[in-house]
Amino acid sequence: MRASLFITCYNDTLFPETGRAVVRLLERLGVELEFQPRQTCCGQMHANTGFRGEAFAQAKRFVRLYREAETVVIPSSSCVAMIRDQYPGLFEELGNEALRREFAALLPRVYELSEFLIDRLGVEDVGATFPHRVAYHASCHGVRALCLGDRPYRLLAKVRGLELAEIPNAERCCGFGGTFSVKNAEVSSAMLAVKLQDIVSTRAEYCTALDNSCLMHLGGAMHRQYAAMRTIHMAQILASTEDCPPEATP
Amino acid sequence: MSHAVPSRVVLDPRSAPPFPQAALSALRNPQLRKNVAHAIDVIQAKRAKVVGEKTDWQALRAAASAIRTNVLENLGAYLEEFEARCTAAGGTVHWAADAAEARRIILDLLCQEKASEVVKIKTMTSAEIQLNPALEAAGVSVFETDLAELILQLGEEEPSHIVVPALHVNRSQVREIFARRMGLKNLSDDPKELTNAARTYLRGKFLSIPTAISGSNFLIAETGSVAVVESEGNGRMCLTLPRTLITLAGIEKVLPRFQDLEVMLQVLARSATGERMNPYTSLWTGVTPGDGPQRFHVVLLDNGRSSILSRPKQRQTLKCIRCAACLNACPVYRQTGGHAYGSVYPGPIGAILTPQLMHMEHAQSLPYASSLCGACYEVCPVKINIPEVLLELRAQVVNQERQQAGRFFDPMYLGLRIASLLFARAWRFHAAHRLGRIGLRLFTRKDGWIHSLPGIGAKWTQTRDLRGLPGQSFHEWWATRGKEAK
Repeated sequence: MRASLFITCYNDTLFPETGRAVVRLLERLGVELEFQPRQTCCGQMHANTGFRGEAFAQAKRFVRLYREAETVVIPSSSCVAMIRDQYPGLFEELGNEALRREFAALLPRVYELSEFLIDRLGVEDVGATFPHRVAYHASCHGVRALCLGDRPYRLLAKVRGLELAEIPNAERCCGFGGTFSVKNAEVSSAMLAVKLQDIVSTRAEYCTALDNSCLMHLGGAMHRQYAAMRTIHMAQILASTEDCPPEATP
Repeated sequence: MSHAVPSRVVLDPRSAPPFPQAALSALRNPQLRKNVAHAIDVIQAKRAKVVGEKTDWQALRAAASAIRTNVLENLGAYLEEFEARCTAAGGTVHWAADAAEARRIILDLLCQEKASEVVKIKTMTSAEIQLNPALEAAGVSVFETDLAELILQLGEEEPSHIVVPALHVNRSQVREIFARRMGLKNLSDDPKELTNAARTYLRGKFLSIPTAISGSNFLIAETGSVAVVESEGNGRMCLTLPRTLITLAGIEKVLPRFQDLEVMLQVLARSATGERMNPYTSLWTGVTPGDGPQRFHVVLLDNGRSSILSRPKQRQTLKCIRCAACLNACPVYRQTGGHAYGSVYPGPIGAILTPQLMHMEHAQSLPYASSLCGACYEVCPVKINIPEVLLELRAQVVNQERQQAGRFFDPMYLGLRIASLLFARAWRFHAAHRLGRIGLRLFTRKDGWIHSLPGIGAKWTQTRDLRGLPGQSFHEWWATRGKEAK
């Protein structure tokens, strides 16, 4: 099985340890990984702020870079949602029929990480060990756009030593919303405060998710408030073994 | 304990402050936020229960969505059919292109009736056209009869929710308003006592005022009937006791067949109030001699709706049946309540409806008043993809910005334009990343975190830290890994 890793712009620059964990995890499962060096961004930030032409340029770039790929794996649920939900409309609106067809052929081969593990590889037990109490944050795009359902929970259930904590009001947004967190910083912060309260109430050691953008928001507030919890992308938990626990981060 | 009711908010999108600014005063009002969160939790729990018990809920949603989509695709024909049937049954149908024309039609009708007083049923459409101030200015006294609307009218407050307009007011605040305006010094905040006070106050109005104004939940093309659903029965009083009834309805309110109510009434009650069925459903067709109002007028209001209809991607906005499930589900509305939206239509549906009703000339901050979490779409009983419409409207706002000379002084605009140039080529992206890494070192503390950023970055760091950029990016790591392998 060959898979091309679309790391996404913010994982690349801000959370490289997530990318390294994906590599370790998937290679351990026998996947031959490629990395397309010309990749940059999926265009989500532009599309969600209303810069449609700019988003289209990124969408076009994505299709051109990955049309030959056997499969594409993306460790970010919101970026996958961008590709799945918004690219078709962009190609249609800008009237590029050839691109639209190429994209339609590529789309079934594009996977979010938990989808790739469960739907494509057919594994739930990835051989991970992570002896900690962990709260899973079901990010909005994972729940409502990708409909990941119980996939993340099935993966976490098979991790040795992991104790899963349930977050109250689990499906409520953390308030990040991309540029929303800056354009409506105060409302975003109020939403964050409520979410953080729910997460911290679990007394978990870690809060995990399949999207580092939510975790950047939550982790930023945890650090500011000296909360007794850290954030960690689920790829890092799934890559973790007894001999090789997750890499330390600041 | 008594709380002063906050100073009067004016819900006019033309003059309302931008959402982030208006939201700030809501965020600084703990009483308001407590009232809103409590009321929403109650409605949400009820809704979850009665929606959960419907095993065919998704099928009902699909049916409701299909009915409303069909209406919008054939709106002209259904409206003409409604007009013909309603007229044949003794009603009179008026067409109003905008708010001013609707107000003029209603004022003319009241003038013909020589009416100096009217009773009103809760209608958000009348608030949309700012009917009450126009009536008062013309010397007509308006008496709101819906309990929530009565609270707002007496308290000189504005609605903050489509279904529960006084959601932001709690019991002790209601007691304060009633005691002050009805002259009831010893009123307690027992709900029974409060509703009794309202009942006594309203009964006199119902029995003495011969002219009523209502909104409508549905117009039925097939029969020319009008439907109003409510909880209290006060609406039923307004619809049956007066001599003359004037109904104001948005043109999108029409349904093709009487039978469509089977689906719509099920999804509306469950979504709106978390009830299996609303307590009072009033349906009437024209005029019946000797029974109910003998003069009946329907004012069909466009006021921007046909312009929304003409845009295929935005058209779905008009499928809305005003259940407000999206407000209750919205994590933004939960924090701010309704007044921050500066419109009688708050919440997610207001964020898409209001700027469109304003022809995108006002309320341009509203499409950004959402984290795009999708909770609104998930609960919408007629499947309006609100996030999709929000994005469409955001694109229109950005296209407006592209025409403005000052756009390059807007850090968000400038930043996104530059980012798009960087993302267009990997080498530019990587170079910018290396430069950014050096630049951010200035702000990164020894613990590897950024606690404070200047400019637009301060919007982030006002409540959250940001991890500094790691010394090696993923693509740099991958490149070194490749070399080691060779």
